[in-house]
Amino acid sequence: MKFIKLLENLADKESLAANTSRRDAFKQFKNIGKDVALASIPFGLAATSSKTKAATAAMSSAMFQASPTDVLNFALTLEYLERNFYRMALDTDGLIPDEHRDVFAQISKHEDDHVEFLMGALGDDAIAEPTFDFTGKGLNLDTFSNYQTFLALSQGFEDTGVRAYKGQAGALMDDDNLLTYALQIHSVEARHASQVRRMRGEKGWIVQNNTTIPDAFAGIYAGEQNTEQGGVDLAGMFDDFGGNDAITAAFDEPLTMDEVNAIASNFIVMDSDGEDSED
Amino acid sequence: MKKPVVKVDFQDESPKNGKFKSRRRFIKLGGLAFAGSSFLMYSCSEDDDFNPAGQEPDPMEPEEPEEPEEPEEPEEPAAFDLGSGNIGVFNYAYALEQLEAAFYTEVVANFYSGAMDVDGVSEEETLTDIRNHEVIHREFFKTAIQGLVDNGTITQDQMLPELTFDFSGAVDFSSRQSVLETARLLEDTGVSAYNGAGSIITTPEYLLLAGKIVSVEARHASAIADLLEPNTTAFARDGVLVALREGGDPAYDKAQMPSEILPAVVGLDIIEEEFTATELP
Repeated sequence: MKFIKLLENLADKESLAANTSRRDAFKQFKNIGKDVALASIPFGLAATSSKTKAATAAMSSAMFQASPTDVLNFALTLEYLERNFYRMALDTDGLIPDEHRDVFAQISKHEDDHVEFLMGALGDDAIAEPTFDFTGKGLNLDTFSNYQTFLALSQGFEDTGVRAYKGQAGALMDDDNLLTYALQIHSVEARHASQVRRMRGEKGWIVQNNTTIPDAFAGIYAGEQNTEQGGVDLAGMFDDFGGNDAITAAFDEPLTMDEVNAIASNFIVMDSDGEDSED
Repeated sequence: MKKPVVKVDFQDESPKNGKFKSRRRFIKLGGLAFAGSSFLMYSCSEDDDFNPAGQEPDPMEPEEPEEPEEPEEPEEPAAFDLGSGNIGVFNYAYALEQLEAAFYTEVVANFYSGAMDVDGVSEEETLTDIRNHEVIHREFFKTAIQGLVDNGTITQDQMLPELTFDFSGAVDFSSRQSVLETARLLEDTGVSAYNGAGSIITTPEYLLLAGKIVSVEARHASAIADLLEPNTTAFARDGVLVALREGGDPAYDKAQMPSEILPAVVGLDIIEEEFTATELP
């Protein structure tokens, strides 16, 4: 049995560049006055600062606005959309090339199960399926006649799904089961997104807020260029490790429910309650 | 806290027998009981809300240092324990990110021959990107935990030290297959570990940070699997996913607790130091 070589091994074996990055990071922490650091850096939240506690409370209440039922129905709407989208695509002869059929059959199978699972979790509270229009309403997209358009929308829906689930995790914190289920779906959406992106010749991860899908959906990547994590701006710290592009790719960003609804509303013609969806 | 939502055997893609390792770890934890009876209670309790002191433990409160009794073999230093709550999760994530970053650093430093570029994206570029992400994750956690030391939330000796790794028995860095299979295992493990850790985290800010990282690990897992088996169901295959409802399809990533993840990771025999997670579920 081996035994830990505790702190005796603190000498860094990484490259000099890594050391430089790290020193920069520490310098940044030290440059911020301690009071400011406590107020602005979540990693200081445990300290007994009333200012910090107030900030935490405000942030928490904002994140707890949606009830778990609202969150699950929000997720169900997205899963309905994805299920419908992939079923229609797989049913459209000649759309998906043979070499990509296994991939989309697998994704479609997952979205089917996500719908069933969420409907089961919601029971009588589950919303009915809205009516979808994948031409993007006024946009007249050739979604099911042009494979590239279909691929682009698939990527957009999957990346939106990742950001949507991420944005609601905080609202499910009071229920460990629901939170864990949501996380288990969230990472599968990320697997889908990576695969579809790569099939389009893109990287599997989101670099900056770059988008190669129709301009009308720039909102899907809005905010992904963020380099500030945990209250620390990481920009400029990893120049030998891909720079700011890598920083933005290393962290996926959330979207709020409103931001996601704005994206999804492009494809919903009739809400589940029978009312026309807002344009 | 409750038992993990999904109890799954880690063995399906693990090169070693997980059950044997689990048992070995249990024995090891039992051997640590001398360090304090509360440790034994934590490690044996499946319900981590159980609290012998009758108080809600504050995970951010610095731990009272346990006064260890005289060890039976005085020359044996105690293994580092990851700690509990948010701090425990940070140390846990820091350990996993150190492992991933060290692995990809080796991969990129001595890139294998026979790379196959899929869908126009260079395989070497893909693995270099992943190396960069994992280094950034590692340095992020290091900075974050050090920040908690600097502001007095925890003591320096509650921060996981830098680990050292020996991949020689586990990975053939000149072999594409060996590298990518190891990468796939590490990424799938990372996804399951972050998913499981979500319910241990007690503040929304930290949960969001874990969420920002786990989906990137899942993007990696998908890409690596697709490099091994292009344009198949490998990227989100049935074998790595689980079902959540009776009669349902495997359509969900695993969510395993540290008590399941760590024995599997230790079982790779890559991490030189031993550490324990007696206060994590």
